Order: sequence, then C-alpha cells, then structure tokens
Amino acid sequence: MFESLSDRLQAVFQKLGSKGILTEEDVREAMKQVRLALLEADVNFRVVKDFVAKVTEQAIGEEVTKSLTPHQQVIKIVHQELINLLGAENVPLQEARPGPTVIMLVGLQGTGKTTLAAKLALHLRKKGKRVLLVAADVYRPAAITQLQALGRQLNIPVYSEGTQASPPDIAEHALEHARKELFNVVIIDTAGRLQIDEPLMQELEQIENRVHPIERLLVVDAMTGQEAVRVAETFNQRVKLTGVVMTKMDGDARGGAALSVRAVTGVPIKFLSTGEKVDGNTLEVFHPDRLASRILGM
Amino acid sequence: ANDDPITDELWDELEEALLQADVGLETTQYLVNRTLDRVNRHGVKKAREARDMLKAEMVRTFAEYAGQKRPDAKPYVILVVGVNGAGKTTLIAKLAHRYKNRFGKKVLLAAGDTFRAAATEQLETWAERAGVPCVSLGQGADAAAVVYKAIDAALEQDVDILIVDTAGRLHAKYNLMQELEKIRNIIARKLPGAPHETILVIDATTGQNGVLQAKAFLKAAGVTDVAVTKMDGTAKGGIAFAIAQDIERPIRYIGTGEKLDDLALFDAQTFVDALFAEPKTVKG
Ligand SMILES: Nc1nc2c(ncn2[C@@H]2O[C@H](COP(=O)(O)OP(=O)(O)OP(=O)(O)O)[C@@H](O)[C@H]2O)c(=O)[nH]1
Ligand SMILES: Nc1nc2c(ncn2[C@@H]2O[C@H](COP(=O)(O)OP(=O)(O)OP(=O)(O)O)[C@@H](O)[C@H]2O)c(=O)[nH]1
Ligand SMILES: [K+]
Ligand SMILES: [Mg+2]
Ligand SMILES: [Mg+2]
Repeated sequence: MFESLSDRLQAVFQKLGSKGILTEEDVREAMKQVRLALLEADVNFRVVKDFVAKVTEQAIGEEVTKSLTPHQQVIKIVHQELINLLGAENVPLQEARPGPTVIMLVGLQGTGKTTLAAKLALHLRKKGKRVLLVAADVYRPAAITQLQALGRQLNIPVYSEGTQASPPDIAEHALEHARKELFNVVIIDTAGRLQIDEPLMQELEQIENRVHPIERLLVVDAMTGQEAVRVAETFNQRVKLTGVVMTKMDGDARGGAALSVRAVTGVPIKFLSTGEKVDGNTLEVFHPDRLASRILGM
Repeated sequence: ANDDPITDELWDELEEALLQADVGLETTQYLVNRTLDRVNRHGVKKAREARDMLKAEMVRTFAEYAGQKRPDAKPYVILVVGVNGAGKTTLIAKLAHRYKNRFGKKVLLAAGDTFRAAATEQLETWAERAGVPCVSLGQGADAAAVVYKAIDAALEQDVDILIVDTAGRLHAKYNLMQELEKIRNIIARKLPGAPHETILVIDATTGQNGVLQAKAFLKAAGVTDVAVTKMDGTAKGGIAFAIAQDIERPIRYIGTGEKLDDLALFDAQTFVDALFAEPKTVKG
C-alpha cells in the first residue's frame, strides 16, 4: 500500500546520502523529488506544500548542513514531520459507559461502509462484545439486503425496519432494542452521501441528536485523490468525526489521502480495511508511528 | 480580471487548479509547459488567452479519442467493468433506462456480479425500476453461466442490447483480473464480435491510482469507453484526462446522481470548464 511512496522517498534520501556534505541546492533538489512523490501518492496539494516548506526550512539550517551526517538529519526531520501529519499513536475506539456503545459509519457513496460495518462487528465480537448491526440506508437498492446477508454470514443480528421508516427513527428504535436485549455495541450503517447534499447531511445530524454515537467514523476509500480532504472537512463540521477508516487497502493506491485527512482535520485514522471478504483478519488497527517509520524504511 | 497580463503567478495558478482536480503532476506539467511554449511562440499577452489555450488543448485531446465507429450488432453486448464501488451497477440501470425509454430499444441485463452480498438483488431492483428484464442466477452462481444464459435469452427474445454487470475488483489483483478476462473470452466465444462495447467505470473522486486502473482493465477486458461517475459531488474527475490520454479511449458518460435520469453524455468543453471553476457548495 504505502510501499511505492516509501520506495520513492527512500530513493531520494539514498541519493542525498551519497553526497556527503549538503548544499542548500542539494536539499532543494531533494525536496522537489519529495514533492513529486507525495503528489503522486495523492497527498493533498496544500498538505504537500506545507510539508515541503517545513522540511526545507529546517533542512537548510546550519545544524543540518554543518553536521557530520547531514542526510540522516534530513531523514530525521522528514520522519518527525510525517509523524506530525499522521499523529503519534493509535487512538482506540471509545466505549460508552453505561453502554451500549453506538458507532455511526458515514461517508461518500461506495467507499465501503456496509462492508466495514460487518468487519467491525466481527472485530468487536472477537473482543467479547454483543454487537447489533443497524440498517439505516433506506435509499440504495438492496442496501438492507446487503447488510442482512453479511450479518447472516457472520451470525450477527441486523436491526431493520425496511425502506419506509426514516433513518433517525430506525437508529433510535435500534438503540432501544439494543438496551432491552443487552447488546454492548450498536453499529449504524448509513447511506452513502455527498458532503454537499444538504438534506442528507441534516439527516446525519438528526441521527446524531437522537442516539449520540460516541464514535462517528468517516469511511474513506484509499483510492481517493485530492477530494478526500474536502469531504473530511465537511463531514467533520457536520458530525464532529472521531475517527477515519481507510478501506480498499488491498489495492495499490499509495494512500496519500490518509495522510492528508489526518493532517487537515486532526481526526485520527483508527483502522485500515483490507479485502471484500468480511471474515478473517480484514481490519488492521492503525499505528501512525509505525507507518512513518515504514515509509522511510527505518 | 479578464485583461490581466501573463505573470508567473498564472502558471502557478494553472498548475494548482490541475493538481487539485487530480489531473496528476506529470500531465499537469506537460499541459502547462506546452501552453507556455505556445504563449511564447504566438506572443500571447493576456492571462485569459493563455488559460483558454490550455483548456483548448485539453478539449482537443479528449476529442482525439471520441467519435469512434460502433459496430452494428444485435444483440449489441455491453460489458461494464471497474474497481469496487465505482458505480457500475447504477450506471447499468441508467443505460438500460436510456436505451429503453429514450430510444425504444429492447434491453436485457445480466447479473454477472455473483460475488458481492446482494449485488444481484440490487441489479434486479434497478431492472424493475427501469422496466427491463434481468437474467440472474443469484449470489454464488458461476458468472460465466449467467453470461451464457443471458446471451441465449437475448438471442431468443430478439433483444437489441444486453448489458452485463461484473463484480467490482481491484485492478492490482491478478486472479480477479484473469477471471474478468475469462468472462470476456466466454462472451466472445459464445457470440463472435461481442462484447461490442466495454465500459470502464471510474469514480470522479479517484486519485492517481486511476491510470493504473485504466491500464489494467484495458489489458484484461479491452475497454472501449470510459464513464466517470459521481460528478454531482465536488470532485472534478481530472484523472479522466490522464486516463483518456493514457489508454486512448473516449470518456463517454458522466454520472450525475443516484437516479435513473442522472446520466449525461460527456462534453469535453463542459468538463474542462468545470475543472477550472470554483467547487460547488450545494448539490444540484
Ligand atoms: N477490495 C476491497 N473491496 C472493498 C473493501 N471494502 C469494501 N469493498 C468493496 O467495495 C464495494 C463497496 O462497498 P460497500 O460496503 O457496499 O460500500 P458502501 O460505502 O456501503 O456503499 P454505499 O452504501 O453505496 O454508499 C463493494 O464491492 C465491497 O465489496 C476493501 O477493503 N477492499
Ligand atoms: N452521487 C452519486 N452516487 C452514485 C453515482 N453513481 C453511483 N452512485 C452511488 O455509488 C454507490 C456505489 O454504486 P454501485 O452502482 O453499487 O457501484 P458498483 O461499481 O456496482 O459497486 P460494486 O459492485 O460493489 O463494485 C451507490 O451508493 C450508488 O448509489 C453518481 O453518479 N452520483
Ligand atoms: K469509491
Ligand atoms: Mg452501504
Ligand atoms: Mg455492482
């Protein structure tokens, strides 16, 4: 996933390392290559600009150019700036006390919310939780059937009221049901929506007001380009996101959207999701510090 | 303003607009440098003229691949391919609606995604809404068997247009791409000359990965046309330019929503103008 970004950056620093003493010119040339690598990895345009400016400013300083191992100093700076972008440590899912813990999944169309709902349910059941899935997408043809099929496959119950009920009602009734039946976790699968679709964004706010989900996770497709930041900013304004999940990590997308969303919104990435199958180990807890090191081959 | 002279900032501004639209750095630099050249050669002085030159260059490139000849065949078979969640099934519904209700064609759908949960139910629901029949063997069936049965049905029932849905797949997955190639070959063996059209569906939010998608689907499925979906959002779909240029195929359709009527024919000028326009703030 992040391999090709990693390869590109490492090549840049290897070249820098072969130079011994570094001139300002060397650093600027290397940063041009860094910019290229980041843009080709879909890191947001503004994030790249900011990142390159910060690294350049530090790297052409005297402490670096006059040091004995200047290129290692540059790598150290880049590493630190990557951590600044990605966040330092994993931020785990929160639990509501008293329960049930309500988790709402939101995002653009087709990013992988319904699939993630099932994966997350399995992940939490493995931790001993009783999980209820909630079918709150009443728009997409066969969305409910899709969630029910996944629930059946994993033997996890799905709460649904068909397509005639309103999603905020469904969510509220599902929570009542979960309280009565002593479920620990309620995962709400919402319909995909554009962040500029006013009625549907209001619907999300209504769900939030009615059931107060402690986790509001934005589901982002790893193949997303520059748009990721704009989407995340607006969803964050409307429902105050608590986390991001990157899906379709099994492809060869370079994952720059992931770096950007955290950088711009401050919302942590909590999981990486891999594969269409919902059973097995399809959900990876995200560790930003490890990723920063991995990108630089440290 | 319109009469602004050309300054260095103009080139930065153009580069920024293209990069933010996901055109990609390499393509962006190519476009900007080419425009810079032409501006110098033709002694262009105004920013607006330079901007128009760049746009015209893009429109020209798109036009190079348009207007290809379509085979005359009955049934005319359309295969729809793309990565997961791009909008294939929804596009098929819109095409069915367009061919049937606008052009009076007899349309048949084939539920070739037998993998994803409720994929067949989704297509069946759409078929019902569009008022066209759908051949489906349910989830878990062999996709090849669905295609076989659908072609037989199309021949028997005098169908004009058969549209085949396929499971979404990531282009980097070798096995899944091979499977797609197999489906394509089965169609060709069963009905020589088919598929007559293979549409690659690209989500407008796609980043630089889109070119790799296009290359891989071209190789496995012989893409003839590209559809860009979800253009009703704020994404500009600039990767479509890099894709058209790379695989030399026309952008044919634009998806503009989740309803049957939300389909437009691609218009290069509209697309390029929108690429440089301020992002929408409200849908519609
Ligand atoms: N390869 C891969 N495919 C995935 C992954 N997650 C989801 N998908 C696929 O992506 C497509 C869309 O997934 P869904 O779960 O239906 O997405 P959604 O966000 O619920 O879609 P809407 O409800 O229409 O907005 C399906 O084909 C899934 O199988 C993943 O991590 N890897
Ligand atoms: N806003 C918007 N949403 C769209 C458009 N086209 C498709 N969608 C939505 O995108 C999501 C995925 O669409 P599908 O047609 O299921 O995509 P697919 O490529 O068939 O997905 P898989 O079969 O799972 O790979 C659904 O929620 C659709 O309603 C469009 O043009 N605009
Ligand atoms: K998508
Ligand atoms: Mg869904
Ligand atoms: Mg589909």
